[in-house]
Amino acid sequence: MSEVKKIATRVSYGNALVELGNEHDDLVVLTADLAAATKTEIFLKAHPDKHINCGIAEANMTDIAVGLALTGKVPFCSSFAMFSAGRAFEQVRNSIGYPHVNVKIGATHAGISVGEDGASHQCNEDIALMRTIPGMVIISPADDVEARAAVKAAYEYEGPVYLRFGRAGVPVFNDESTYKFEMGKGIVLKEGKDVSIIATGLTVPESLEAANMLAKDGIDAEVINIHTIKPIDEELILKTAKKTGRVVTAEEHSVIGGLGSAVCDVLSAKLPTLVKKIGMQDVFGESGSASALIHKYQLDAEGIYDQIKEFMK
Amino acid sequence: MDNLELQKMANEIRKGIVTAVHAAKAGHPGGSLSCADIMTYLYFEEMNIDPKDPKKEDRDRFVLSKGHCAPALYSTLANRGYFPVEDLVTLRKLGSHLQGHPCMAHTPGVDMNTGSLGQGVSVATGMALSAKLSNDSYRVYTVLGDGELAEGQVWEAAMFAGFKKLDNLVVIVDNNGLQIDGPITEVCDSNPIDEKFKAFNFHVITINAHDFDQIRAAFKEARETKGMPTCIVAKSIKGKDVSFMENSVAWHGVAPNDEQYEIAMADLEKVGEALCQK
Repeated sequence: MSEVKKIATRVSYGNALVELGNEHDDLVVLTADLAAATKTEIFLKAHPDKHINCGIAEANMTDIAVGLALTGKVPFCSSFAMFSAGRAFEQVRNSIGYPHVNVKIGATHAGISVGEDGASHQCNEDIALMRTIPGMVIISPADDVEARAAVKAAYEYEGPVYLRFGRAGVPVFNDESTYKFEMGKGIVLKEGKDVSIIATGLTVPESLEAANMLAKDGIDAEVINIHTIKPIDEELILKTAKKTGRVVTAEEHSVIGGLGSAVCDVLSAKLPTLVKKIGMQDVFGESGSASALIHKYQLDAEGIYDQIKEFMK
Repeated sequence: MDNLELQKMANEIRKGIVTAVHAAKAGHPGGSLSCADIMTYLYFEEMNIDPKDPKKEDRDRFVLSKGHCAPALYSTLANRGYFPVEDLVTLRKLGSHLQGHPCMAHTPGVDMNTGSLGQGVSVATGMALSAKLSNDSYRVYTVLGDGELAEGQVWEAAMFAGFKKLDNLVVIVDNNGLQIDGPITEVCDSNPIDEKFKAFNFHVITINAHDFDQIRAAFKEARETKGMPTCIVAKSIKGKDVSFMENSVAWHGVAPNDEQYEIAMADLEKVGEALCQK
């Protein structure tokens, strides 16, 4: 993976917004004094008249976006996941979710790969929070190609969408010329028969590498990228579970309420299967470099490999 | 409408409020009655709206930030012709389009779901900003409670609206002085309300919320005010025109029983008859 180009998905977000802004007059982008960090500043430079800085007031920004959406604009409301989903949860629930308003939430700095800022800014709970809101679409792209495609798909979709992006550079493993984003559809990246690894976000390329390591031990792992966590691809999850009989989920998020829980919700109802949930094990993060944290909390290829080996015993 | 016609309509709207809350056996009569004259003026005189075309694009927008006073909004919309007045007795009942708090998917004429205090004023601010961004001429009105002013989000919105010079936004504070747990001066005093909004770069007008001359003048002044949003501090009487509800904390969120309902309606009939003598 070391030779692969790395791009943070928050940068993909900023770049995709510029492209959308070039094509659509109704697009507006909001931020709460985090234009530089959320990369909406890329959009600000291209479309200064459509970029709205609301100051450090995420609750107000969220509802300003609602007012804009109700009067015909398509707002992308940008902050850190901690504030977009956490601080403004009730605004998202009552003013976006309940009236089903066409607001797109662009949440950057999700998960522990925030790094040095530490646990106060490392949001491992946003997927769980957003999943509880009826009608909310949740997209967690894995690389630059997927992230840009997801932003465009979110614009085209009528209704609320939560987009989850990371701060740290992640490998670009998808091929833009062949990649196709379909909301709600998972992608089989590697076929296998012994165990299914269902991953999202930055754990996707790590899971692919872990699968290569497992292959050397004679374990044939199937790797699936679930970019849309809600609505989740039930069909694909049931199909892979039926095929391998063992499921591992991997996410840069709490194992409570995230992708792992969503997969278990599907399987427990329709095809009870043994599931190993890899993610943040009900603990807060800490300061450190993104790569050091991903390693410590066993979300890198090595950590995923070790945990699957243990699970397969 | 002249003042007498507005007064008569406000009286009808108050009857609708009391009837709806009585039928629901729950709801918020006090704060609904206190803002009834403001609601009447907005929907019968001030706003560019069309009950036959509730979603028309260039309409003025209204957001009831104090969403618990839904009975006032519903009674106003019904009397304005958005839906039959007879629907008011279905308030809060299963299957009714009149939810406990405003819901735009259900009720024609409702521009935003509210109920969680502090959020409506931000949404209204977003609508006003939207009009500025696309050079649309519609105006945006929002009614807040004075207890609601304790919500920090109100001041986030106020700071933003003042900074963005949203002169197409009118924030009306229904200043009846009482909130669910007691007088605002005892719970968490929001006074001085006028000075606070002035400090957030609003043009502030203080009026008697039950005097249509003052209401008319205030909205005219708001229209003529350029370069800053307007806040109308409307000094009102909670439970207005129902003898036993006036200025009573107890009637914030309680429905009248059958006997109390008869007295309340008799009080309102009396007010209506007096208006007919004029």
